[in-house]
Amino acid sequence: MVDIAERPTRLAARPAPTPAASTARPTLPGRLLGLGGRALHRSAALLALAAVWETAPRVGLVDRVFLPPLSEVLTAWWALLASGQLAEHVGASLTRSLTGLGLAVLTAIPLGLLIGWYRPLAELLGPLLEVFRNTAALALLPVFVLILGLGETSKIALVLYACSWPILLNTIAGVKGVDPLLVRSARSMGLNHLRLFQKVILPAAVPTIFTGVRLAGAYSILVLVAAEMVGAKAGLGYLVNYAQYNFAIPDMYAGIITISAIGLVVNQLLVAGERRFSTWRVDPTA
Amino acid sequence: MTTDKILFDRVTKVFPGRRGTGGAVTALDRVTLGVRPGEFLVVVGPSGCGKSTLLDLLGGLATPTAGQVLVDGEPVTGPGLDRGIVFQQYALLPWRTAAGNVAFGLEAKGVPRADRADLVAHHLELVGLTGFADRYPHELSGGMKQRVAIARSLAYDPAILLMDEPFAALDAQTRDSLQDELVRIWQATGKTIVFITHGIDEAVHLGGRVAVMTSRPGRIKQVIDIELGDRDAQDDVRSSDAFRHHRHQIWTLLRDEVRAAQSAERPVVPEEARVG
Repeated sequence: MVDIAERPTRLAARPAPTPAASTARPTLPGRLLGLGGRALHRSAALLALAAVWETAPRVGLVDRVFLPPLSEVLTAWWALLASGQLAEHVGASLTRSLTGLGLAVLTAIPLGLLIGWYRPLAELLGPLLEVFRNTAALALLPVFVLILGLGETSKIALVLYACSWPILLNTIAGVKGVDPLLVRSARSMGLNHLRLFQKVILPAAVPTIFTGVRLAGAYSILVLVAAEMVGAKAGLGYLVNYAQYNFAIPDMYAGIITISAIGLVVNQLLVAGERRFSTWRVDPTA
Repeated sequence: MTTDKILFDRVTKVFPGRRGTGGAVTALDRVTLGVRPGEFLVVVGPSGCGKSTLLDLLGGLATPTAGQVLVDGEPVTGPGLDRGIVFQQYALLPWRTAAGNVAFGLEAKGVPRADRADLVAHHLELVGLTGFADRYPHELSGGMKQRVAIARSLAYDPAILLMDEPFAALDAQTRDSLQDELVRIWQATGKTIVFITHGIDEAVHLGGRVAVMTSRPGRIKQVIDIELGDRDAQDDVRSSDAFRHHRHQIWTLLRDEVRAAQSAERPVVPEEARVG
């Protein structure tokens, strides 16, 4: 299921070779065969994992109570999907993680730009940032719950906190890493600070900033799932935890698979976005 | 003196040594040099003689420790669009196309959007890059990048063009053809050009006058008038007798300085990065 859900986005991300290739030297069937061969090669490890997962419990290598065969997990997944429960949990989780990620983008990017640009501010806040950055977000979960309660606020706040660091640090690095020659050149044309920032610093920092956003996207799901295992009434983390408590083991694995599928999709989307924003930085085809 | 477009008036620049290492470096020592309106002046000197510092001061990117730099009789107080700088490493914005980079200076100058397109097209044509307007810097060769940089500096129409070893990173063929084009552009636009180089051939080929600098601390050793006759009448200016004469003249002046620079660099403090 993971495989099926994920592959279309991967193909959609690089559609270029297929249409152009049909006119190229190898014949169309040959091309398709090659493409199919490549797809097979790329998914071989996943297929092997699926096969082991399916057979190991059946032949008694592992206890099938604790690790049911993949087909049973997929059946449970389908039942969850059909009953609408899965959509509810996915909806709850995505709302939280996207809200947290969105808020992190809105706060950390401007803050990072300020810190990267004004050296005194960087010197003032540097040690503080070091301390917080090295404090694992999940270690602060009890604090968030204590202060903000068990509701949505504490979960979104935790995601916001965890997502802020990669965005903030990458934004700072992006601003500081701007080629000094570009700044010199722009200054020689008499650009004032604001225009210099708008026309040189910001565009130069965008790819680095977006790398931070991509990392934050991964964190947002990672941290959220853990947060949802503590005092939530919906969400994928809750589903996994709740299913384990109630010994609905196939449901638990169904939840886990969904989490990895969402993680993959989110990452693919952000990678595509990152590539779009930084075409000039790498040397794509020249 | 009042006829000078640019006047370096007893300009001294001292870089304070880094904390700990001590030893302030005198990059320029009472340099006095005038540049006439519409002149192509080449400054040549051994590495580390403060050539680039001279240009930074003129561009308003640095301030002299003593003395002053005058443009049209007014002291330079900061960067301005009356002086355009062309850097050795092009300094193109990699996220903008060739046309976008040329437009950059126009935006800085506040040229209305409607007028930009024509100016951009005109200046890309001037440097022979019509048809490359939509290319990004990473899609262009070194020579083409430098053409874009030159077009960018010309587009906002500064009276003075400052060029800091602009062709040093290019291969010999590209350099020769760009030199010829620069002379053509200079003749067509009538800009005052101050051109920094460490290449003697380049200096003789381009310069109306060549100012030879001493090794550190940088002073003007001698200013030589270059007489190559009618450039257009000759097939290959570089192999003429006059060219060879001037080259030898500058080479002789520089030889002692290069030796002095080498012996000075060997034992003592690490190179001051900005001097050069």
